[in-house]
Amino acid sequence: MANPLYRKNIISIPDFTREELELVVDTAERLKAHPRNDLLQDKLIASCFFEPSTRTRLSFETAVQRMGGRVIGFADGGNTSARKGETLADSIKIISSYSDAVVMRHPKEGAARLACEFSPVPVINGGDGSNQHPTQTLLDLFSIKETQGTLQNLTVAFVGDLKYGRTVHSLTQALSLFNCHFYFVAPEALAMPDYICEELDEKGVSYTLASSLEEVIPKVDILYMTRVQRERFDEADFKKIQGQFILRAEMLKHARSTLKILHPLPRVDEIEVEVDATPHAYYFEQAQNGVYARQALLALVLNETV
Amino acid sequence: MQYTRTVEALKEGTVIDHIPAGQGLKILRLFKLAETGERVTVGLNLSSRHMGSKDIIKVENIALTEDQANELALFAPKATVNVIENFEVVKKHQLELPDAIQGIFACPNSNCISHNEPVESFFYVKAQSNDTKMKCKYCEKVFSKDIVAEVR
Repeated sequence: MANPLYRKNIISIPDFTREELELVVDTAERLKAHPRNDLLQDKLIASCFFEPSTRTRLSFETAVQRMGGRVIGFADGGNTSARKGETLADSIKIISSYSDAVVMRHPKEGAARLACEFSPVPVINGGDGSNQHPTQTLLDLFSIKETQGTLQNLTVAFVGDLKYGRTVHSLTQALSLFNCHFYFVAPEALAMPDYICEELDEKGVSYTLASSLEEVIPKVDILYMTRVQRERFDEADFKKIQGQFILRAEMLKHARSTLKILHPLPRVDEIEVEVDATPHAYYFEQAQNGVYARQALLALVLNETV
Repeated sequence: MQYTRTVEALKEGTVIDHIPAGQGLKILRLFKLAETGERVTVGLNLSSRHMGSKDIIKVENIALTEDQANELALFAPKATVNVIENFEVVKKHQLELPDAIQGIFACPNSNCISHNEPVESFFYVKAQSNDTKMKCKYCEKVFSKDIVAEVR
């Protein structure tokens, strides 16, 4: 029987069942331990970045090439027919007729969902505006499983910009399938949006709003840091909140020994460089795991069995 | 003493009655009833025994389908939608909130891909205790129905 993700579009985390999430994570684990260079042999993947990205694009393209596939595509929408006024629907009809799957990033929300309605081959969302970035969530889940041995019953703190941070929204949606408890640590202006909290309430997921990093550090298995963007505040307000959400090495002395710190990167100053040398830092490994998570996903979407 | 009817009886078409006063024009506009080219009679702020005041819309020669009638439930859940043939009511629609609504509203999110692409808007509809929420299929943003209805 074909795996449940075979020939599926990968658009949004809420589309996944718990079993499908576990399948991707387990497959990523296997491919990291036992690399396979044959899973995308004879496959041609279109890598369509209508908006620039470094990590996501390079890790997708690395994932394809590591498994023996080939890549066509573009790294910036400025040089495509989109700039001449072509609709995304038309662009995708054509690109999908050249390739076995389409990986895409686009500045508008809903672009990947729309694209999959016009594509006969699977579409994988590499980020659509402020909406979803499902492969980031998959690599986050993989990193959590890898460091904690499980996704079940964990305590996870999310820190920083919880309002605009799409990675945070998707990861809470995914972890809510695994009976985790959440702490949300954010300035009031960047608090978790009501609709996410309402979703969690509906599902009976427990979460706590906390005001400081220090109070949550001893209680959590995963500390998920995000960047507070200066441009969202005026200078005076920014100065007031800035210090509250910076992680310093000495703040970790009461942390559990198994605590790991994740961050979707790029970081600016919210994690001090000295934290990198602590055994808790895991954000660079996390970024590297992006390749394995994307390998797992591509392998599952393009092979009946892996 | 001479009685006159406020709104003339309809031979063929649809009568949407018991619309909350103030919603009639919104319904007319959103559902493009005036653009059908058929004769449309609109009554605003008519007195109603049950509602105090109400709006009413009569559209000649067009029979609203079940799905179209259900879309009205967003704005006028207690409206009655009667299809008329030869002065007789041949169908009384019981309004139910639809699961999804397609092509009527534009997405309030200006950065949503559904604008300027060859697709119809599409919202999943979910009733909550004191509001009805609509979630855009494309951008996945959730809006209160009143915000969605204000856009166009």
